[in-house]
Amino acid sequence: MSILKISTAVYNEIRAHGEQTYPHECCGALLGNSVDGVWHVQAAVPAGNTRTDSAHNRYHIAPVELVKIERDARKQGLSIAGFYHSHPDHPAQWSVTDLAEAHWLGCCYVITAVAQGKATLTNSFLLAGATEEDKRFETQTVLVDEQSIPPPAN
Amino acid sequence: MTIFIPTPLRPFASNHDAVEVNAATIAEALAALTQAHPDLQKHLFTGDGKLRAFVNLYLNDEDVRYLPEKEATAVTPTDTLSIIPSIAGGC
Repeated sequence: MSILKISTAVYNEIRAHGEQTYPHECCGALLGNSVDGVWHVQAAVPAGNTRTDSAHNRYHIAPVELVKIERDARKQGLSIAGFYHSHPDHPAQWSVTDLAEAHWLGCCYVITAVAQGKATLTNSFLLAGATEEDKRFETQTVLVDEQSIPPPAN
Repeated sequence: MTIFIPTPLRPFASNHDAVEVNAATIAEALAALTQAHPDLQKHLFTGDGKLRAFVNLYLNDEDVRYLPEKEATAVTPTDTLSIIPSIAGGC
C-alpha cells in the first residue's frame, strides 16, 4: 500500500476547510514532493468550488486557479501532489463520480467525511494505473507526522 | 516557448516539469512536445488526434478554448503553455 505523509497542521487545515464549507463540499490542492514513491505533503491550498449549482455533492476547481496554484508551487520547489475535498454527510470513500473525474495519475485524492458539520474520517486514495483507460483508486496509508491516522474525534 | 508539464505527465516527459520548444503556434508547440516525448501523445490526445476533453491548455493565463484562433494562436518564445488536467468529483 502506498503512503501519504502529511503534517498535523496541514491535516487539520484540510479537515477544518471541510467544516467551514459544510454543508457544501470544500476542495483544494496538496503541494509536496515525491521521495522514493512516497508523497510528502507540505502545504494545502484551498480552492473555490465552482459547482455552485450542486455544491453539496459536487466539486470542481477552475483550471485557471490550478494554473496559478501550480505556478506558485513551482516557485517553492513543490509539485501538486494531489487534491482534497470533503463529503458532507457521506463516507470518506471515493465515489463513481470521483473516479470518473480523476485524471491526475500518480497523485493523491484525499477525502474527509463531514458529519453534521464535524470532520470525522479522512482517507487518501492514490489514482493508480498507466493510462486514463485503466485508472483506479488504491487506498493509501496516511501518516500524520509519521503516525498512523488518528481516530475521529467524538 | 516553455510548456509546463503537470505532475501526472512528468513520467512520460523524462521527469521534466517544463519543456522548451521552438514553435510558431500552440499546435506546433504540442507537436514538438510529443515529438520529443512520444509517450505523452496518448495521454494528451485521443486516437483520432483530438485533445482529450479533460486536458485544459492555458497560454499564459488564457484558456486556449476561448482564444479566437484556439490552437492556431501564434506564440512567442516568452510565452508559457500550461497543461492542466481537470479536477472535479463529488459524493
